[in-house]
Amino acid sequence: MPAVTPVIELDGLSVRLGGREVLKDLSASVSGRALGLLGPNGAGKSTLINALLGFHVASAGSARLFGADVKQAKALRRLVGYMPENDAFISHMSGVRYVRYMAELAGLPAEQALERAHEAFFYVGLGEARYRKLGTYSLGMKQLAKLAQAIAHGPRLLLLDEPTNGLDPPARLRMIRLIREIRDAGRIHIVISSHLLRDVEECCEEVLILKDGRIAAHCDLEEERRANRKFVELETLGAGTAFTGAVTGLGCECAFYPNGAGLARVKVVLPETVGMRELFRLAAEHEVQIRRMNYRRDSLEDIFLAAMKDVTGDAPGRPR
Amino acid sequence: MTVYKRSYRPYEGLLTSERWRFLVVARYGLQEVLESRLLVAFLVICCLPFLVEAGVVYVANTPSARVLLGIDGDAPSPMRREFFMGALSFQGMLAFLLTAWVGPVLVSPDLVNGALPLYLSRPLSRAEYVLGKASVLAVLLSAVTWVPGLLIFSLQAGLAGEGWLGANIRVAWAVFAGAGTWIAVLTLLGLALSAWIKWRLVASAALFAVFFGGTAFGEMWREVLRDPWGRLANLTYLIGLVWKDLFAIASTRPMAREMLDDRRGADLPVWAAWMGLAVACGLCLLVLNRRLQAREVAS
Repeated sequence: MPAVTPVIELDGLSVRLGGREVLKDLSASVSGRALGLLGPNGAGKSTLINALLGFHVASAGSARLFGADVKQAKALRRLVGYMPENDAFISHMSGVRYVRYMAELAGLPAEQALERAHEAFFYVGLGEARYRKLGTYSLGMKQLAKLAQAIAHGPRLLLLDEPTNGLDPPARLRMIRLIREIRDAGRIHIVISSHLLRDVEECCEEVLILKDGRIAAHCDLEEERRANRKFVELETLGAGTAFTGAVTGLGCECAFYPNGAGLARVKVVLPETVGMRELFRLAAEHEVQIRRMNYRRDSLEDIFLAAMKDVTGDAPGRPR
Repeated sequence: MTVYKRSYRPYEGLLTSERWRFLVVARYGLQEVLESRLLVAFLVICCLPFLVEAGVVYVANTPSARVLLGIDGDAPSPMRREFFMGALSFQGMLAFLLTAWVGPVLVSPDLVNGALPLYLSRPLSRAEYVLGKASVLAVLLSAVTWVPGLLIFSLQAGLAGEGWLGANIRVAWAVFAGAGTWIAVLTLLGLALSAWIKWRLVASAALFAVFFGGTAFGEMWREVLRDPWGRLANLTYLIGLVWKDLFAIASTRPMAREMLDDRRGADLPVWAAWMGLAVACGLCLLVLNRRLQAREVAS
């Protein structure tokens, strides 16, 4: 069986902007249909997307799209559709003309571009507004028009930077549905940069979590869901590193969130061989009160919080 | 695909050549500026002087027309180089006004609306983007400078008969190269100011300031310091020197003016004029290079 070329490969990628290292030694390989880029503001999500587009030059390492170095940006941009985070339009143009223009710039002949522009507008649900000037569009309509220009030329990779920014709940649902439809069409890979966990959870199979320009976690959501591991969330009084160390010693994964005044939340992933009795025993040994206990399934929020807490800069906070 | 089949489908058709992709930018830019009826009217007005000049050429070469108009002289008076340079100078002024009108709307709207990342995320380099935008101005300015200039030249060559064309072929080159140089300076200046200043009126005013301010500075420098090198800031003077050189027109200053100029500092050498214009173009390219980035703020 032939080896599948990864969609995105990062090999020690570092990017410096204004004398500051914004991306630090990123290494990852992504082959899935939909990748979510998560991280707090300033984590480097947009910078990573810009580096993939060739807007920012790597100060060290390299990045590849479909096996080709992003230094060959011009050739790669044929394959990419990009929806920027900020407003990006030409206000005095009608919607369909704007998308046609962008499709022509991507290389489509004028007639094809016009046809695809109409299709894209109907596809995103702006068919009736396609002859209106972009300057008269609402924020939600502008977001959809940005999506239309990103897909009109039929890219192989769609880079969506905060696609649900500023959308009201119905518009957000519509955007998410569209992204999922595009993903499920099967011939396109999607990268979604967002700080909204729910958006990523609903659309993506794989997640790359960035913190301070480093990869804090890289996990396959499908695998995580399939694993269906037993999570126990404990609200404790008196728990500390000794208790969490003992829990880890049982073979559990453990995350510790102090809440002050001796209170703490402890999240524990229990292997099959470890029962609840063991946790109670350890709590008794360490004089820890367990005030509340919840069984939970793994969620993206857990992964994200663990990654945010655990990242030290040397290794991802959560193993794949 | 019919509009009711609303599903995503990839594009698998042919693509246009990347080499000429900048023409898409030029085409859309031209369509956009020509949507203004005022601009179209101004373009028509810019062509009127050429109708007058064509009339002058016709009359100068047609004895019956001269008789009809009561102009003395039986023999046709051959059109001199000064006539073509005068025409180019007048059209150059109109080209300047056209640049002040069109230049500011070419780049700044893209910067204000954040459209640059959209352009540059396509197979289009920054240089091609600039080339496309510059083509818009170049086409418009060509339409009012060297294109009609060469038409007048052709009319003159046709009416004057054998011998004139061979003796004056330099004029055609001078019209083309002189207008081309002026177009290059105006285009780059217009784009640089458009990239630098986002308000249209301010950008237009800045273009006037560059020319009139430069002229004032250069002449004051010359008057006060008795040194002609301040005129390097006077783009109008520099292009005038270049045109004179291209048309091979010697200075026709009267003796008294010559003596006065000797005290103030005489003309700059032609190479200095070329250098001055090249430096102005270089500065504009620097501004464009600095301003036209796919500027994205890391979130």
